[in-house]
Amino acid sequence: MSSIIGLIFISLGLAFDFFGCLGLVRLPDVYNRLQAATKCVTIGTCSILFGTFLVVGFSAAGLKALLCIVFLVLTAPVAAHAIARGAHRAGVKLWKGSVVDKYAEDKEGEI
Amino acid sequence: MKSRIVLFIVALLVWSLLNWVPDWQHLVVGIFIALFVAYMTGDLFVKRPHVLKHPLRYWYFLAYYLPVFLWECFKANVDVAYRVAHPRLPISPGIVKVKTNLKTDTGLTFLANSITLTPGTLCVDIDRDNGVLYVHWIDVKAKDVESATKIIVERFERILRRIFE
Repeated sequence: MSSIIGLIFISLGLAFDFFGCLGLVRLPDVYNRLQAATKCVTIGTCSILFGTFLVVGFSAAGLKALLCIVFLVLTAPVAAHAIARGAHRAGVKLWKGSVVDKYAEDKEGEI
Repeated sequence: MKSRIVLFIVALLVWSLLNWVPDWQHLVVGIFIALFVAYMTGDLFVKRPHVLKHPLRYWYFLAYYLPVFLWECFKANVDVAYRVAHPRLPISPGIVKVKTNLKTDTGLTFLANSITLTPGTLCVDIDRDNGVLYVHWIDVKAKDVESATKIIVERFERILRRIFE
């Protein structure tokens, strides 16, 4: 029973990962691509790991998968902040269809 | 010192989970490694150890924060998947400014991470002195500070203030 639920989780995770990669290709600039990369890929990978845990149970591999979920959820957003902030500081412009950029307005004098 | 003890326990726990099934050889090596890690980086880990003593905070974390976070996370994924799969790419991105009342490091970190993993928003930078976060929003609904704060920050801030402040 739990292995069937685990397989469902793994296929959901694969679908989310696929959409994340599609977003990486289709979206226009760095920041939008980061959105797709952090959200879809984080939860997709977590879902695959959780499915693995359900399939193999409380064994060595299952507990490592659970630990990986914790590390992934803690570190993926931090990497995204770092990339986004670095890109903005380095002068990467927002996509031409962007509506507003408060960050550039506030930081104008500093760089 | 308290911070070192907490870090020692956490490191030993992670070590024994990584080396499941635990036997005494792994545990002895793990105790030495955890002692070394706690000695080297102990004072960076927990700034305010008294926070860890309140059982109510753990309860709030498990009962209020986690369900809200998981649900928002799931919604975020469906939302992004919809936008990406839509043939006309319905986005209107921009960076908005939001205000927060949280002051502590842990609270701000969790707030920024929650914002990043929830629908359409990605935290770009934090200005601690003014309590301001710059958030990249894939579909800008409100440009001014107050209404953006209301939409993005409030649902997490209420919970996180109880847990970490």
